[in-house]
Amino acid sequence: MPRIGVFVCQCGNNIESTVDTQKVADELKEMPGVAYTCSYKFMCSSPGQEMFKNAIKDNDLDGVIVSACSPHMHEKTFRKASEAAGLNPYKCEVANIREQCSWVHHDETKKVGTVKSLDLTRMMLERLKRNKPLKATSIPVTKKALVIGGGISGIQAALDIADGGVEVVLVEREPSIGGNMARLSETFPTMDCSQCILTPKMVEADLHENIKILTYAEVEKVDGYIGNFTITINKKAKYVDESTCTGCGECWEKCPFKADSEFELGLNKRKVIYTPFPQSVPNIPVIDAPKCPKIQKDKCGLCAKVCGPGSIDFTQKDEIVTEHVGAIIVATGFELMPNEHFGEYGYGKIKDVVSGLQFERLASSSGPTGGKIERPSDGKTPESIVFIQCAGSRDEAKGVSYCSKICCMYTAKHTMLYKHKVHEGKSYVFYMDIRAGGKRYEEFVRKAIEDDGAMYLRGRVSRVYEKNGKIMVQGVDTLSNGQQVEIEADMVVLATALISRKGADSFAQKLGIGYDKDKFYSEYHPKLKPVETVTAGIYLSGTCVGPMDIPESVSMGSAAASKALGLFSSDKMAREPITADVNKTTCNACWDCVTACPYTAIAKTEVKDREGNIVQMLAEVNVGLCQGCGVCVAACRSKSIDLAGYTDEQVYAAINAF
Amino acid sequence: MKIPYYPGCTLNTVAKPFDESAKASAITLGFELEELSEWNCCGAGFPLTNDNIMGLAAPTKVLANARAAGETVTTLCSVCYNVLKRTNKALNDDKERKATINEFMELEYDGSLNIVHYLEILRDTVGFDKVKEAVKRPLTGIKVGAYYGCMLLRPGGEVGIDNAEAPTIIEDLLSALGCEPVDFPDKIECCGAHLAMGKTDVVERLSGKIMTSAIESGAEVIVTSCPLCQYNLDKSQEKIKSSDAGFKTVPVVYFTQLLGLALGQSEDETSLKDNQWDIRPLLAERGV
Repeated sequence: MPRIGVFVCQCGNNIESTVDTQKVADELKEMPGVAYTCSYKFMCSSPGQEMFKNAIKDNDLDGVIVSACSPHMHEKTFRKASEAAGLNPYKCEVANIREQCSWVHHDETKKVGTVKSLDLTRMMLERLKRNKPLKATSIPVTKKALVIGGGISGIQAALDIADGGVEVVLVEREPSIGGNMARLSETFPTMDCSQCILTPKMVEADLHENIKILTYAEVEKVDGYIGNFTITINKKAKYVDESTCTGCGECWEKCPFKADSEFELGLNKRKVIYTPFPQSVPNIPVIDAPKCPKIQKDKCGLCAKVCGPGSIDFTQKDEIVTEHVGAIIVATGFELMPNEHFGEYGYGKIKDVVSGLQFERLASSSGPTGGKIERPSDGKTPESIVFIQCAGSRDEAKGVSYCSKICCMYTAKHTMLYKHKVHEGKSYVFYMDIRAGGKRYEEFVRKAIEDDGAMYLRGRVSRVYEKNGKIMVQGVDTLSNGQQVEIEADMVVLATALISRKGADSFAQKLGIGYDKDKFYSEYHPKLKPVETVTAGIYLSGTCVGPMDIPESVSMGSAAASKALGLFSSDKMAREPITADVNKTTCNACWDCVTACPYTAIAKTEVKDREGNIVQMLAEVNVGLCQGCGVCVAACRSKSIDLAGYTDEQVYAAINAF
Repeated sequence: MKIPYYPGCTLNTVAKPFDESAKASAITLGFELEELSEWNCCGAGFPLTNDNIMGLAAPTKVLANARAAGETVTTLCSVCYNVLKRTNKALNDDKERKATINEFMELEYDGSLNIVHYLEILRDTVGFDKVKEAVKRPLTGIKVGAYYGCMLLRPGGEVGIDNAEAPTIIEDLLSALGCEPVDFPDKIECCGAHLAMGKTDVVERLSGKIMTSAIESGAEVIVTSCPLCQYNLDKSQEKIKSSDAGFKTVPVVYFTQLLGLALGQSEDETSLKDNQWDIRPLLAERGV
């Protein structure tokens, strides 16, 4: 006969006000197999836990039920206490008589709540009687991290992990790390120059002994599980030998061919052999193969002739490299909504209608105009600029439903930069609401309006067109009786919506992580597990999760790094023993479980005889990947899979006790 | 190739030039508009409330009759096109609504009709390059403003003939005819539409703004695919002229009239004389 103890918690008045906990304890006492019961004010308190431990020892209990709040709250607490009292932690169960019982029943006679608590505890009792002592498994951890994306968030994550003494592979698809932040001129609300604060971090990452940077490279495949990932990376051919190139710049100086600069967003040209920007890290150029006449038609080859160290190699091919890592940090960043979306704003048709990011380049001292505000069409200094906020954001019909979060702030910054550079300039801002939630953000916007004279008009713009060399902006000012306004401007800047990167969905599928309707990556829990994903060992950082500003991206990078470092803090990692187990004698290899498993934790294995002939095919669960969700159990047609701690026997026993 | 054709009320009456020039041009381009044997008014306005089932009755009947004639129906009038296309979508989006209306109207329409505008046939089936090859009388040098109005384009997601904010389908056709299309900012603004029946001052203001915008951008002729737009622009010019001496009148014709002319139809066949503001002196002056 088992010796089970039942501890009914009053939770102050949270449970006691609608449940007669003493009655629950008394009635449970009469059940076969129950050796000890009690009702207690706060089981989770220190004296409560002390009492709990003593009761286990004194009464020689071999299983315990705590009838209290949700197991999400204190299951861990009581399992730990059980272990301290010499009990297998998986012989401790929590019956939830608070969230879905005492909190939802308002019967002051305590009748309903008591009956339900009794039912819930009795069910748990029958289940517990069939609990097997489980042992936490442990898996080895490869102490190395992969960071995907070399923007500010990824750089921060890489630096923090590397500073913690763990090796990092930082993969970036562009020829240089730096991401979108490298494009910015100044940053709100402090107005420090973006490159001045970013480039030291880029260099630090480059020089860090624990960081290996792979630029012009993309993650092709991810195999394995937490602590033991195998990553296949495609290093695109740069046609430059990285080991000998000194970054002297002779090749791109002499290269006679030009193409549109991706970094300058079409506002300027670059050479066909190029680094995206002067402070590129690594400072090693790549050849734009489709546009290079030497590679395409075997003509030119000037770069090879002028290269001192002889680093140019036209025969270079894409290279596949494999890395073994224990954790992955995804920091793939954002894109701007494509320009074609804004026909009514003349985007694409009117040259002087630019995106906010393009304006950053125009205002940047390293940009195509050297920081002078000049219109792209004729290089004239604009006398007036209209800024249109929410271009695509908060517009379910034509754009995205969400707020892009950073536009209110950077538009205010743009008006200031413009005013500081062109004193006579007049800026107009069409906005829906000003969302300046952040430290010193509201003050920043007030400064743009009050000190720098930006004219804020609350309303939408219906049309932007050209007339006699001016850009006409038709809109409405809803704060002056919905009056229609028409502004003659020299330039228009659209605060275009931030969207997820192209291919973000297929990349998420490659990683086995979730994404939302806008293809932003999903956190495990939006509040309490903001950097974790549903796949253990893969963490999120930065704007691949949703629009956010630099401080948030950096914080998230550090948070993800601390999660990875936590994982790396020991050689082996304990895993919950609640995993699926296949009954080898009844499995008929239909593979329904393989299809159903959301974590790719079930593999098809072969059973061979001594001669090596395959005698049976079996599903086998990889406990490293298994999250214990139980989907395979439900999917299995031959009832060959059981979940440890939640076996069919246990579940049916609980149901029958109701 | 015969294509079932729904003319709608206006094309059979005041917009006869639109209907005739389109039919004749179709023959030249290798297809035939075959008028539905039975049709009724589309209702001339898509109901804007979800619970307005009655407003869908007339267009659903049109769709049901058209479906009996084939899988595709074409129309010329922007309003008819808009109403039929949106009704079809509304029925397909809401099965319950489709069932209700079928029951009420004693119809069995399944929502499978393909509604295409005549312009779409020219672009997607014939091809503007083929139209260009068929041109006998290129309208070289005539500066034409393509006025789309609202019904041909909006709502963008539902009508979808072209980019609702920056359309080019009519300009592309005009280029094929040898004309010089003129882009003007107000080409997708509203002309005032049904306000023509009560508030003509509003129509004059809105239509006047559209025409001024076109003329200032260099247009000598305005083309449209909407009988109501054509009416409003045509009729308001007299009034505008009387109050604004600087206003220069402009011929407003259906795009099919220029198409017919370019394909070799005579000025009589394309009913150029029926337009209030005559385009013929301009053609004569340019020698086309």
